[in-house]
Amino acid sequence: MNNLKAIGSSVAALVIIVALNRPWGATPAFGPLLSPFTGFWQNAESTATTDKEFTISGTRQPVTVLYDDVGVPHVFAQNDYDAYFAQGFVTARDRLWQMEFQTHAAAGRVSEIVGERALELDRFNRRMGMGFGAEKAVKTMLADPKTKEIVEAYTAGINAWIEQLNPATYPVEYKLLGYAPEPWTPIKCAYLLKQMTSTLAMGADDLRMTNLLKKYGAGVVADLFPDYPTREDPIIPLGTKWDFKPLPVPATPKDSVMQQRLLGMSAATFSAGLLRHDPSIGSNNWAVGAEKSATGYPILANDPHLTLSLPSIWYQIQLVTPTLNVYGASLPGAPGVIIGFNKQVAWGVTNVGADVLDFYTIQFRDNQHSAYLHDNQWKQTTRRIERIRVKGKPDVVDTVYYTHHGPVVYMGAQKPFRPNIPVGHAARWIAHEAANDLLCFYQLNRAVNYDDYVKALAHYAAPAQNFVFADNSKNIAISPNGRFPLKWKDQGKFILDGTSSAYDWQGWIPAEQNPRVKNPPRGFVSSANQFSTDPSYPYYLNWQFAPAERGRRINQRLTAMQGATADSLRGLQNDNLNLRAVDALPVWMPLVEAKRLSGPQTKALEIVKAWNRYNDAGAVGASIFTVWYEQLMESVWKDEFDAGDTLPMRYPSFDRTLTLMQREPQARWFDNVKTPQRETITDVVTQAFQAACDSLQKKHGELGSAWAWSKHKNTSIRHLIPGMDAFSAIGIQNGGGATVVNATSEKHGPSWRMVVALGPSPKAYGVYPGGQSGNPGSPLYQNMIQTWADGKLNELLYLQQATDKHPRLAYKLVLQQR
Amino acid sequence: MRLILIIAVLSFLAQLLLPWWSQALVAAATCSWLGQKAGQSFGQAFIGAALVWAGYALLIHFQTEGIMTSRMSQLIFKSASPAGILLLVPFVAGLTAGLAGLAGYYIRQAIAPSQQIVSKRA
Repeated sequence: MNNLKAIGSSVAALVIIVALNRPWGATPAFGPLLSPFTGFWQNAESTATTDKEFTISGTRQPVTVLYDDVGVPHVFAQNDYDAYFAQGFVTARDRLWQMEFQTHAAAGRVSEIVGERALELDRFNRRMGMGFGAEKAVKTMLADPKTKEIVEAYTAGINAWIEQLNPATYPVEYKLLGYAPEPWTPIKCAYLLKQMTSTLAMGADDLRMTNLLKKYGAGVVADLFPDYPTREDPIIPLGTKWDFKPLPVPATPKDSVMQQRLLGMSAATFSAGLLRHDPSIGSNNWAVGAEKSATGYPILANDPHLTLSLPSIWYQIQLVTPTLNVYGASLPGAPGVIIGFNKQVAWGVTNVGADVLDFYTIQFRDNQHSAYLHDNQWKQTTRRIERIRVKGKPDVVDTVYYTHHGPVVYMGAQKPFRPNIPVGHAARWIAHEAANDLLCFYQLNRAVNYDDYVKALAHYAAPAQNFVFADNSKNIAISPNGRFPLKWKDQGKFILDGTSSAYDWQGWIPAEQNPRVKNPPRGFVSSANQFSTDPSYPYYLNWQFAPAERGRRINQRLTAMQGATADSLRGLQNDNLNLRAVDALPVWMPLVEAKRLSGPQTKALEIVKAWNRYNDAGAVGASIFTVWYEQLMESVWKDEFDAGDTLPMRYPSFDRTLTLMQREPQARWFDNVKTPQRETITDVVTQAFQAACDSLQKKHGELGSAWAWSKHKNTSIRHLIPGMDAFSAIGIQNGGGATVVNATSEKHGPSWRMVVALGPSPKAYGVYPGGQSGNPGSPLYQNMIQTWADGKLNELLYLQQATDKHPRLAYKLVLQQR
Repeated sequence: MRLILIIAVLSFLAQLLLPWWSQALVAAATCSWLGQKAGQSFGQAFIGAALVWAGYALLIHFQTEGIMTSRMSQLIFKSASPAGILLLVPFVAGLTAGLAGLAGYYIRQAIAPSQQIVSKRA
């Protein structure tokens, strides 16, 4: 009897221990997680802070880091190596899990952490050649003595932080997902930059445009998908002279047999579905010249819009050495400052939507895939083996065939992870070019004048950015800059023939001929992802860019602005005027047939009429307009331009749609071909309005404050692990919108806002929606969100010496040599 | 009472160096040595280990103004109130140590059943 009880109770104890000591599917091991000795409790941080000292090996001299009240490290090092070492150390201290997770994602290694559910994501990133590109990039980085030094110092600093961790002090995400950090390596810096290229320069409409061409012919495509919009205000001001002798542009090939065959191909050969580049991933920047500013010096502003996420995308830092004093936003995982300022200059970036990803139809010799046809020759492919480790499962081995264009992303019966990737086509992508983008930022961090800015930009390849610049010699400038392929007009608007070199990318636009303007007569420069130039620029960059509303509104306000201050630019960053509504409503309102509306619908129409066109948090009109717009686009185009999976296509732009409504109200597109009767533009506009009201009522109840814009928009900042609401900020109440200067939408928005007033000594302000700490248990995890949502900025402390005193300094961290 | 105290002190010390389940070893060993009844072994091991986790967790909770506690409550219980997690934590420790204490007691009984009589209350 006693034996039985002994065995029974022992088994029960063992079972409970074993069960609590291991994860169950996505449920973490509760024993170690709940233990106050090793679990999440150890990640809880107090608001009280004390000075800290770490004795480590790796630095050349002691480094002092002053932390301010929002957790920004101000690094004071006696040499450059130590500064970047310390940057790695303090960034890892706040953001280790995020840095590693993002680079794992870029490298196609998420399956190692979460198992099979990430397999297709990993396969996609690898098949797109992220590893291929990162390997080239790291080689280039390490070939330059300066970037080699900073990457190696940064790497050593991160590893010095990792080495002094133990499972109890790992970031909480490691505890929840049940893995451990691995040593950092230089290629991870390259992966991080490739991840940015993937986010910002992977847009491709080639497949959908080709399908449209096939279905509707060149005439309709040219009419509905024109190469320049009706409403535009390009980044390089109209009338700017090009002060260079352009290279000859490659000849547009006559449609080859292959190109014809391509158009004849059945849709089933292509992939299915729709994935549109999200227009709210964009950014604003501008600089006002001395004559427009109250201080007599330029003022620069920048707010890059990205998918809002936690831990925050950006990490503020100040790096000070005897030869450097730079402050700004860095990317956790890359040494140096990406957007920022020093004593003499300030710079910022927004994305250039140049077409730097094209697809080429590949004709293999046979199903061995060892050779493909190019200029009437069989050329050899190279094979790249991708071994994907999958948690709890055997490794998956994937073979990718590379042509001289690039990798054949999907082949045969493979189903693409993203539906805009055509099967059987090679991707020619800028991310595969060897480039040293870091050198650009290294030099910008140290720039003292305009010439330094121009020199730095020449090193930059991708993702192409509109680099805005201002200095305290009162210069302002902007340049849509990156490595741009030299293309014939519209090259890559449609899928390209991979069998003829006439379709290849044939060289590059010389860096010094990238569009650029310095001190234009209008007294300001600006960009908001719109067209880089008007059609007078001698080279082709793309046939479409982001909608122009933000850029036009910024230029309206800057044109009118006099005596600008940092605060007036902050105000502009938060401008909520919905220029799309200003453009559209005068056209739409007269088309609504009031007698067909119900009581509540009539009331809703009154609200839109009375609405001041600002997407403020409480504006009901903004909600109605936005849904009306969505419904209208659907009712005009869905019947003809959405054939579902059988033939992926896309809709014409809003700009083209509005122009069509103004100039061709009788156009055949307004008729819904799926109904027997013939609809007119009046029917379409009225029905779309009714549908919008119905949809809002279904979602929010009766017309009233429940329809307020902030509630409908429901901006949320989510943790990088999908579904991790507990670590996210849900339902932030603020204004904004996708085509509004304050570009805050449901999932996207200004990921960093900065305003720098140059002068004898710079005065700068900034905020981002999150916090310096990536630790959900820290008071500095979400502490800046409210400031951000309120449209306010924090003053950025630009310190000069490690002995500086300031009431906002919280504590000191010292790195002593072992 | 003595059992609670010994288990609390020893399991605290053990967990400073060893994994979380070292509290089970402490409970099993202590109860096999000093346990007098099955129920008492389970109960006092439960309380001893639970006290350590509850005390340490509460200390951290108050020192850090409960930021992490409320996020983890949100994650596990979908509620911002820390009450659930502050009860769950000692329960897990208690259950683990309690069962181990019971096992320790019964193992001792299986090996040397006379112990129960010899070690009458001192």
